[in-house]
Amino acid sequence: MSKDNLILQAKGLEKSYKMGATRVEVLKGVNLDVQKGEFVAIIGASGSGKSTLLHILGALDRPDKGTVCFEGRDLNRMFAGTKIRTWISWTLMFGLLSKILRTGAKELHGDINEFRNKMVGFVFQFYHLLDELNVLENTTLPAMASRSIFGWFGARKWANSRAEELLNQFALGERIKHKPYQLSGGERQRVAIARALMNEPRLLLADEPTGNLDSATGSGILDVLEKLNEAGQTIVMVTHDDRIARRAGRVITLADGRING
Amino acid sequence: MYKLILAMRYLLKRRITYFAVLAVALCVFIVVIVMTVMTGLVRDFKQKNHDFAGDCIVGSESLVGFAYYEDFVKELEQNQFIEGVSEVIKSYALLSPQGRDVSRGVEIIGIDPVRHSRATGFGRTLYYRKNNVEKAFAPSYDPNLLGCVLGIDLALDRHADSGYSYYDSPVRLGLAITCFPLTARGALAGAATAPVNTKTFYYSDHSHSGLARVDDSVVYLPFDQAQALCGMAGATKRINAIHVKFKGGVELQAGCDRIRRLWQEFKADKSGESQAYLLDTVTVQSWKVYRRTLIAAMEKEQTMMGVMFGFVGIVTVFIVLVVFYMLISHKSKDIGVLRSIGASKVDIIELFAGFAFMVGGLGALVGVLGGWQFLLKINKIEDWLFENFGYQVWDRTMFAIGDIPNEVSPKVLAAIVVAAIAACLIGALVPSWQAIRLKPTETLQVNQL
Repeated sequence: MSKDNLILQAKGLEKSYKMGATRVEVLKGVNLDVQKGEFVAIIGASGSGKSTLLHILGALDRPDKGTVCFEGRDLNRMFAGTKIRTWISWTLMFGLLSKILRTGAKELHGDINEFRNKMVGFVFQFYHLLDELNVLENTTLPAMASRSIFGWFGARKWANSRAEELLNQFALGERIKHKPYQLSGGERQRVAIARALMNEPRLLLADEPTGNLDSATGSGILDVLEKLNEAGQTIVMVTHDDRIARRAGRVITLADGRING
Repeated sequence: MYKLILAMRYLLKRRITYFAVLAVALCVFIVVIVMTVMTGLVRDFKQKNHDFAGDCIVGSESLVGFAYYEDFVKELEQNQFIEGVSEVIKSYALLSPQGRDVSRGVEIIGIDPVRHSRATGFGRTLYYRKNNVEKAFAPSYDPNLLGCVLGIDLALDRHADSGYSYYDSPVRLGLAITCFPLTARGALAGAATAPVNTKTFYYSDHSHSGLARVDDSVVYLPFDQAQALCGMAGATKRINAIHVKFKGGVELQAGCDRIRRLWQEFKADKSGESQAYLLDTVTVQSWKVYRRTLIAAMEKEQTMMGVMFGFVGIVTVFIVLVVFYMLISHKSKDIGVLRSIGASKVDIIELFAGFAFMVGGLGALVGVLGGWQFLLKINKIEDWLFENFGYQVWDRTMFAIGDIPNEVSPKVLAAIVVAAIAACLIGALVPSWQAIRLKPTETLQVNQL
């Protein structure tokens, strides 16, 4: 495995949750390397910590111990940098000093929100589309999130064109003005994939992407993921189904909070 | 941009937000009406008091009055900043209509009608002689008789609909005015022989000042007649007050201060005179201070209303808080999704603050427009209620007001709109803060759906 080609490296990840009076240890020292262009499936029984691991890899959650490096950058440092930036925003609110300090913190540590926006794309089991937005708006959401109103007006043409291109690619070209409730499960998941790919992320994280679909529709979604991977997209997918996991290039089994094999 | 779009969609697509908008609109509607009416009443009341008193009053609370006023009046009239000066006699008397065996206590005010109209709004309060003030004390039925101007409630009957029964000309009515003349030392002038002065005057006009106490108890008499009745027309003549009006552009306090300085100098000049001790009782006051006991009560009422409606504002904040709490509880998944695509905590706060701003803005707009429309028709509505149900907001047989004030002040409207939006932002703050404390992973769990 080439170190230069490494996109994601997790070392000694530990995570526990408090459930009532007891503390449940979900991850007990997980180590994981993902190469650029890989399609990795993480398989495990329900409650084995697959989703927790995926959330930590995508910076939606923080580990109690251990580190995640994305292209050599430590996500923990990004979390710290973002916290400082948020604190500066609350306390200084406006002004040149606030801007200088926030820019400095961003340069020094990176920004976790920017990481989530540009580096990773999430696909969830239950699609998680916003009910109030139509298909096109849901797809362009990550592009909107990274821009101010004025910035958006400059980029809107590009963003709409990119979203339409993705939606056409996923056979949703006729559905761009539809609301999520007007779509089938498979269509919703394809919109969710299009949204995840909007900002051309280096890493696509899919949490049980077929878990809520029938086998034929689920197979269609896996076809989409396979095609994306063939085009060079790095994908980490979580599933509890062996047959689905076999569609990936590499399968990792998570059991009892550790990776086996 | 997504914040604006989402805030707009939450506003339009979530039925619960209609309740928040409605709550804000109702509060704004009520506050606009009450504040406009209260502000109008206080403004009218102040204006009427200002018209009654002029700008500045040099006077004594003592019924004895003060002497040497002619010199001071001359001095005042030489000053460029003064528009008008009026010497005034004020005292109490008994009023007995001729041919009737009854009498009642009244306040008498002795004035020169022309001079008093220059210093105050007296001329505008007259009915028959409004455009002929110099003949205010000349009854139209016999100009040679001694006339008097009665407060309108002494002369005419007031109806419940705030109107009066006017006549084309004043009815011939003789009124015996009985006064207790006082010496410069405050004793009854004719204690041994004739302790009272009585003279008959004829109703020549009435004065409608809009001030209940004035309209119900004041009788205006010719200056020299009132001076004689009160025992102030001796060798050293006395009066009770001098009412002064400043020229336009003279600031009230500055004008009063100048007169105060002039008075101090005048008093010092007269210190050797025999009745100089009377000058010690004289004060120089602005009309606001002179009428403070009446105005302060009204202002206090206005402040109390303001405080009460402050509580209405707190209720609005609470309603908005509850609505936002419910909405954000339903929208926790959206927050998780937005965080997963890179929205920061500040972005989430901005999203809900924008939403609160729209709720507040829309509610305030609806409330202001509704309140404005209602105010435009408030007097017609009151008339209709009175004609059909006999109901009046203010019983006009008791309160000396005409139409309900409905002049909307842009400043008051702006303040109410800003307060409504601020209330919504405050109401949205707590749930928004809770929203950003949610971990994205918690909100995206299956059991959160």
